[in-house]
Amino acid sequence: MKKLMTGNEAFAYGAYLAGVRVGAAYPGTPSTQIMENYATYPGVFAEWAPNEKVAMDVAIGAAYAGTRSMVSTKHVGMNVSADSLFYAVYTGLNAAFVIGCADDPGMHSSQNEQDSRNYAKFGKVPMLEPADSQEAKDFVAVAAEMSEAYDTPVIVRFVTRTSHSSSVVDYDPAALPPPAPDPKPYKKDLLKFVMIPGHARRRHPVVEERIRKLQELAEVTPLNRIEPGDGELGIVAAGSVYQYAKEVFPDATYLKLGMVYPLPKKLVKEFAGRVKKVLVIEELDPFIEEHLRLQGIEVIGKDIFPLIGEFSPSMIRETAVKAGLLAAAASSSTATPAPAINLPIRPPILCAGCGHRGMYNVLREANVAVMGDIGCYTLGVAYPLEALHFCGCMGASIGVAHGFDKGRSADRHVAVIGDSTFFHSGIHPLIDVLYNQGKTTTIIADNSTTGMTGHQHHPGTGFTLQEAPTVKTDIERLVRGMGFSKVDVCDPYEMDNFRRVLEDHLASDEASVIIVRRPCVLQQKVKLPPPRIDPEECTNCGACLDLGCPPLVQEEGHVRINDLICIGCGLCVQVCPVEAIKSAAV
Amino acid sequence: MKKIDFLMAGVGGQGTILASNILANTGLELGYDVKTAEVHGMAQRGGTVESHIRWGEKVFSPLVEQGMADYLVGFETLEAARWPTYLKKDAVVLINDFRIPPPLVNLGKAKYPAEQDVQAILESVGARVKWLKATEMAKELGNPAMVGVVLLGALSNLVGGDPDIWLGVIKKLVPERFVALNQKAFSAGREAKLA
Repeated sequence: MKKLMTGNEAFAYGAYLAGVRVGAAYPGTPSTQIMENYATYPGVFAEWAPNEKVAMDVAIGAAYAGTRSMVSTKHVGMNVSADSLFYAVYTGLNAAFVIGCADDPGMHSSQNEQDSRNYAKFGKVPMLEPADSQEAKDFVAVAAEMSEAYDTPVIVRFVTRTSHSSSVVDYDPAALPPPAPDPKPYKKDLLKFVMIPGHARRRHPVVEERIRKLQELAEVTPLNRIEPGDGELGIVAAGSVYQYAKEVFPDATYLKLGMVYPLPKKLVKEFAGRVKKVLVIEELDPFIEEHLRLQGIEVIGKDIFPLIGEFSPSMIRETAVKAGLLAAAASSSTATPAPAINLPIRPPILCAGCGHRGMYNVLREANVAVMGDIGCYTLGVAYPLEALHFCGCMGASIGVAHGFDKGRSADRHVAVIGDSTFFHSGIHPLIDVLYNQGKTTTIIADNSTTGMTGHQHHPGTGFTLQEAPTVKTDIERLVRGMGFSKVDVCDPYEMDNFRRVLEDHLASDEASVIIVRRPCVLQQKVKLPPPRIDPEECTNCGACLDLGCPPLVQEEGHVRINDLICIGCGLCVQVCPVEAIKSAAV
Repeated sequence: MKKIDFLMAGVGGQGTILASNILANTGLELGYDVKTAEVHGMAQRGGTVESHIRWGEKVFSPLVEQGMADYLVGFETLEAARWPTYLKKDAVVLINDFRIPPPLVNLGKAKYPAEQDVQAILESVGARVKWLKATEMAKELGNPAMVGVVLLGALSNLVGGDPDIWLGVIKKLVPERFVALNQKAFSAGREAKLA
């Protein structure tokens, strides 16, 4: 039967059908739903690892043991796990190991738009790129076979528009479940698996020979195909960009690449020989273009297309028209002139009643430099809170705060990191602060879930990805175990108390930790009676509005609370200077 | 088979993703090739969200091209106003007559556009604009979260297709205990008079 699936769902389904039985990941948009879906299939082991490097080591270990495995990650997770990727390329494996990596051109939900195809070349790993969900499903099986035939990890690259787009997949419910494959036999093999210099020197030639053979495969694999069209224009494209191009240039000749590393040499030359002009359309880096140029092929590519941002059919058409490759569409004359008004923007913000809001309100008033991190609490940067001074990547807050202290010790500063991010990569820098005699105060903003990516479990929630109850790592005991003695736990709804604790920590020269704990109100579906604003007493001063809480609306003469969305956290009651906001309990 | 391109625009948390799923699966049941595109993650936190849904004989791009959308469903008044450049000349815009003021408006730093301005922005490209108090209707039926299904009911009248096919898809995609109520919401939208 036909079923609509997102690329992420299809990849999970394909992995299951291909006999992948161990999967590990850390959540990250747009990759998250790969592991979430995979975890629902019978007989698989799937885990949220604390971070992408751990996930990759786990999956590599499973493949060494003889069981097909996979990781899924967003593009920046590749940076975290790169060290492991590189050794696995040298050792090879003992069963298939597939990496689903999702890039985010346009940065819908990321701090950069790095092009992960460079990891394929850098790491000397083959990379496939599906263009729709059917290919996402099919390419896992191809990747698994390739991984075993060539004894290498294989990366399957997604972008947001292949991960989060739905398209039709051949789905056979009767094919579920395929028989659980037994692990292949495992044999101790020092020269292959123990990467001391003497052994690694023997492995490097294996890696180079493997890539040479894969390059030969790229010439003949059906993943790369020429689609005949008119001889004028030949377009080289892969992934979702191929689909956009098909809308804009329906009659062109295509070289549709399903394998984006290593790239074919003879095939691209043959293709170029068939057409008058070669156009390479690719998002981000000129990865395919540079390869074609190295083969001596003249191409149109980044001289007309941008290096920056996400592509779309509209954008490709516009660019092609500007470059004279396409006639301009007959401009549809507008019926009437549009009124000239600026539409107000609507950025993502902290939810109504979010505990992070109370924490940031106190930090903002305390006049400290706030080194932030990645998660919902990054939204503390938004107007009117504007409470962050820095955000770079997962786990950077604490190390940057410690360095800031060593570089400018007179200024008050804190690190702010979420609970899931703390487990991801906050533990090592926190040990560093203590070891190297820093005085940084680290605030762990604990909402007891992985919030931004959609409420995934982590080592502190007491449940696994597959909902098995498990050990719940206690953050307070963990940091005390590291050697911290100045540790406090606060509720961000009790701002006066948190303010007192914060001032006490900042006044001290001791490295310290404050756990600011309030479970995510969105996940808990908290709904307490909203407070009431007395319109007679309200002076419309705007002090409550400075919290940036969505239910608070400035109206003529006074502020109003939108009862529909207020969850009754009570922060506005605490900040009103004239006590015009009455808590519902009173 | 005629190509039909839909856009849905709303605010994170309004349920555009479920509505987009229902619309996409209805297209599939009606025999179309279907693709959709949306963004999850950060934008869900009260930000602007958009879904692209495309029906056709053979669909390549999951993203709707500018100037090509046949229908725009605005889950919120201001959000509908952001998409005129995507509309075909004779596109139909269905707007939920419902405001969620963005932060700057709440803070008194920006003005929420008037309904007639939103209408004029969309009509400037030749689109026909239809209004429906879908959130109010969903609330009266028991749950404002069904706003998307009310809007789909109204949309189904414009698009066509056997209503039983739409209702069957709703039954498949909505949790069992909410099916009856959602089917009622769909029918309410279908029977509603558009302003």
